Amino acid sequence: MLVDVHAHFLHARTPRADWRERNVSRLTAGAKIGISVHVASILGSWGLTSPIYFPSPRDVTAGNDALLALQREHPDSIRGYVCVNPNYTAHARAEIVRCLDAGMIGIKLAASRRADDPLLDPIAALARERRVPVLQHIWQHRRRDWPGQEASDATELCTLARRHPEVALILAHIGGGGDWLHSLHAVREVPNVYVDLSGSGVDGGMLEACVESVGVGRLLWGTDLTMDTGWAKLRYLESLLSGEELALVSWKNAARIFPPGAFPAD
Amino acid sequence: MRIDCNAFLGAYPWRKVPGTSPDALLQALDRTKIDVAWITHLPSLFWRDPTEGNAWLYETARKEKRFKPVPTVHPGLSNWEQVLSGAANAGAPVVRCDPLYFGLDPAGGEMRALVAACSAARLPLMLGVRLEDGRQRHPNDHVGELPAAAVRTLIRSAADLRLLVTHADRGFIEEVHFGSTPDEARRIWWDICWIWGPPEDHFATLLGTVGVERFVFGTGQPLRLPDNSIAKLDLLELAREQREAIESKNIQELSA
Repeated sequence: MLVDVHAHFLHARTPRADWRERNVSRLTAGAKIGISVHVASILGSWGLTSPIYFPSPRDVTAGNDALLALQREHPDSIRGYVCVNPNYTAHARAEIVRCLDAGMIGIKLAASRRADDPLLDPIAALARERRVPVLQHIWQHRRRDWPGQEASDATELCTLARRHPEVALILAHIGGGGDWLHSLHAVREVPNVYVDLSGSGVDGGMLEACVESVGVGRLLWGTDLTMDTGWAKLRYLESLLSGEELALVSWKNAARIFPPGAFPAD
Repeated sequence: MRIDCNAFLGAYPWRKVPGTSPDALLQALDRTKIDVAWITHLPSLFWRDPTEGNAWLYETARKEKRFKPVPTVHPGLSNWEQVLSGAANAGAPVVRCDPLYFGLDPAGGEMRALVAACSAARLPLMLGVRLEDGRQRHPNDHVGELPAAAVRTLIRSAADLRLLVTHADRGFIEEVHFGSTPDEARRIWWDICWIWGPPEDHFATLLGTVGVERFVFGTGQPLRLPDNSIAKLDLLELAREQREAIESKNIQELSA
């Protein structure tokens, strides 16, 4: 069993004319890699009618609806994160309830508000109540603000994690840009933060540092926008870890933090 | 046969990287079923005279038949022509120059003199666009990335020049390829290590638009996991001949 904890899909109301091809490509590559379940999110309209990382409530709902439709279309292989914009608290909380009730299994926070902001508390409280993890977009060691996103770094995520010790928080794409070592030092002593291995980065030494920092019990395998790098990391882990350790990273850790029954063999 | 045209030996100054010794590289080659690695001495790219690493590189390659040396040439130093002829005599398949690491204008006079000499000597030149993701570099690592315009300038400046460009992404490759004449584009080979696979499918797109014959297998190891370039190929539906071309035949043609 292999669970990709960081996948994305596109839909018709995005700037991408090739959205169908990209979705098919993900599923086709997933079949080759052996991915059992893609746990995915859709970030609103992906920039068509509101910014990717600051999606409007209307776009949030449309994106989540598109993902629910994909989940219904592929009931064995696609699961959803509810994407929300925490600047719209009431909408975000209502959307979480609606989409979890409809079968989604986690919450996705992009980069609409820093992770240590009090506006994330009502989201985290609902995550605890519904016992679902939160996948938080992270810029590994942000030294400055980047255009188009209010990206959090690991230190801010850890602040949120300490305020909500019963919520599983997933630090997104350790290979997704920025100084991953900074993040790994930050999360080491925060037991409810899990490290998602996705991202285009395939730096030599990164996986060893992940294992050294949080151990195999807090690593989650994923791909994000580059499935080839995800597969490369999985292959490298096969030589680095024992079979049982690899199973933890591949799916067992995910099965532990997502709701019971979220995955077929769970 | 699988040839990695883009491998390094020796420590990287900006972060801890495992597997930088010759023995460790051989183990990585065995693990990933790579037969031959073209090797660069990584530390010397950061030295004032980067060619001082070439002697060690030649010696290391002499001891291990799976290694082929890719020595460094610095056209801003007075001995660069001797370094170039030494590379040819040592059987180097290509030489490399990283102008931005050496503080040189990537399309300036020194580089144009170098490519003219490489062209005359029928010795291909390797250029790296980058070594690391720009978003994660050490705060004191300010070296810029090789501009696509410089590659276009260089390929235009010497009629018989052959270039091997590593660590380029789709946008860079397209800009150079379609910003060149067919003859110029035929003299450039691209290492695949930095090109995205599915679901964006940049690599599949480039194979269709730029052509299989322009791509060569490279990894950037040990700075990057070599498994990535193999995974990228495994995710494509390639005919056996196409895969062989990328994994070995194209690079053999470049260095013939």
